Amino acid sequence: MAGEFILETRDLTKEFKGFVAVRQVNLKVRRHTIHALIGPNGAGKTTVFNLLTRFLTPSAGTILYNGRDITHAKPASVARGGMVRSFQISAVFPHLSVRENVRVALQRPLGTSFHFWRSERSLEGLHERADELIEAVGLSEFRTAIAGELPYGRKRALEIATTLALDPEMMLLDEPMAGMGGEDISRIATLIEKVAKDRTVLMVEHNLSVVAWLCNTITVLQRGEVLAEGPYEQVSKDPAVVEAYIGTGHV
Amino acid sequence: MDRGTRITFLAMVALLVAAPYVLYPVFLMKVLCFALFACAFNLLVGYVGLLSFGHAAFFGSAGYVTAYTVKMWGLPPELGILLGAVTGAALGLVIGWLAIRRQGIYFAMITLALSQIVFFYAVQAPWTGGEDGIQSVPRGHLFGVVDLQRPLGMYYTVLALFLAGFLLVYRIIHSPFGQVLKAIRENEPRTVSLGYETDRYKLLAFVLSAMLAGVAGGTKSLVFQLASLTDVQWQMSGEVVLMTLVGGLGTIFGPVVGAAVIVTMQNYLAEFGSWVTIIQGFIFVVCVLTFRRGIVGEIMGRFGPKGAAPTGGGH
Repeated sequence: MAGEFILETRDLTKEFKGFVAVRQVNLKVRRHTIHALIGPNGAGKTTVFNLLTRFLTPSAGTILYNGRDITHAKPASVARGGMVRSFQISAVFPHLSVRENVRVALQRPLGTSFHFWRSERSLEGLHERADELIEAVGLSEFRTAIAGELPYGRKRALEIATTLALDPEMMLLDEPMAGMGGEDISRIATLIEKVAKDRTVLMVEHNLSVVAWLCNTITVLQRGEVLAEGPYEQVSKDPAVVEAYIGTGHV
Repeated sequence: MDRGTRITFLAMVALLVAAPYVLYPVFLMKVLCFALFACAFNLLVGYVGLLSFGHAAFFGSAGYVTAYTVKMWGLPPELGILLGAVTGAALGLVIGWLAIRRQGIYFAMITLALSQIVFFYAVQAPWTGGEDGIQSVPRGHLFGVVDLQRPLGMYYTVLALFLAGFLLVYRIIHSPFGQVLKAIRENEPRTVSLGYETDRYKLLAFVLSAMLAGVAGGTKSLVFQLASLTDVQWQMSGEVVLMTLVGGLGTIFGPVVGAAVIVTMQNYLAEFGSWVTIIQGFIFVVCVLTFRRGIVGEIMGRFGPKGAAPTGGGH
């Protein structure tokens, strides 16, 4: 299990009716690192995410997670295997309270999730753990608030708490900083840095200063193909990368 | 139950226990059967976000099975209703299994199409009596003791069944399973990403809802001593949507209020003949335009605790 790479793709390809969104991507994510996937709009970053978490089925290629072939696994079983994703658009359960949001993630291991005859009071034993997680992301004062009423940055923090509730070995974060202001950015970035200590994180992110700050390895995608890969200093000086970004007006 | 819900529930029970001394029992039993049917429907649309347009199939088929087994096989009423519930659940398993693979309007269309198949079967099959239906169904004795021919005996049996069904729906909503259902309603991809096989949860909810619709349909056929095509045709599926919307989607008491309002209208406006549908349609339009959360939804939104307002689960 303890191979050097937690996640590997081999010639991963996705074709939508003749349009190749992802072409022969070979990705290797090293265990206990923060790995970024960047690239101009339409480069296929989110598609790669959807393929990795099996929300989409690859047209060709294989995905190995912890050495196991998950190319044909179900998305929920990928999640149960320890690889949990977030979404580009904030993904809280808006009409549930902050604590209930986290509790939904915590309750599955109890094995009572199909028990429609049991009182929800049987879930109260999870509140202590839920509150710990809520505190870890700095939301203690919002514990009983309705998630949909939280400000945007707090929703993202709640999402991370919910994801952490599964104690995932690997987290896939799809643009965790999208639509956030400066103060929120540094809070969430610090949070990601903190939770990544004994996990692996793969993130799609447009904010390059955050990428430079957090990530050990960067993979640059362009038109569905890998353009460059390496640490930030190396990638940011790569003439092909500079051209791709300037060419689409991104820097 | 929280305090407000408990007080409302007890008030509802008291009202329903006293009601047959003031109002015509058959009318009240009709309200209760439809209230249970609407509660079952609301479980699916209000708490899972699945709009079924084929619930008449469960309601009507259960009515046929209860009527047939009680009349032709001489089964006691409790067994007849139980078989009705089983019929609802079994049909729910088949239709649900086929329909939950699709979302939104496609889900609604598939449930409608499959329920039409059930309708045409009911028209053709010899045992359902075609246009005549199954008539003069004997009510019999409940557990061999309670004479259901007596209006009050039948009424309190229906009331007990309604309350049991209502409490079951309440429990389902407030169970670990109900938590997952709400999560699916709010954000299905996120629920999948937390490791839940959402289709299985949706299917179980669908079967439970169909089973309760079956209890309602079976009971109704005993009350009216009749099972007919009315209960299995698509207008019935539409009526239960209407009841739930008028009362308040995703509220526990909404479907009960909605069923009472619609059945009352049909009863007391009956003298207007075919105008009933037009008046009903007009009220529906007014409802949608002025209080979209339904009667109970609006009341809760105005007077209830913050966050207690229903969410209108349909996507």
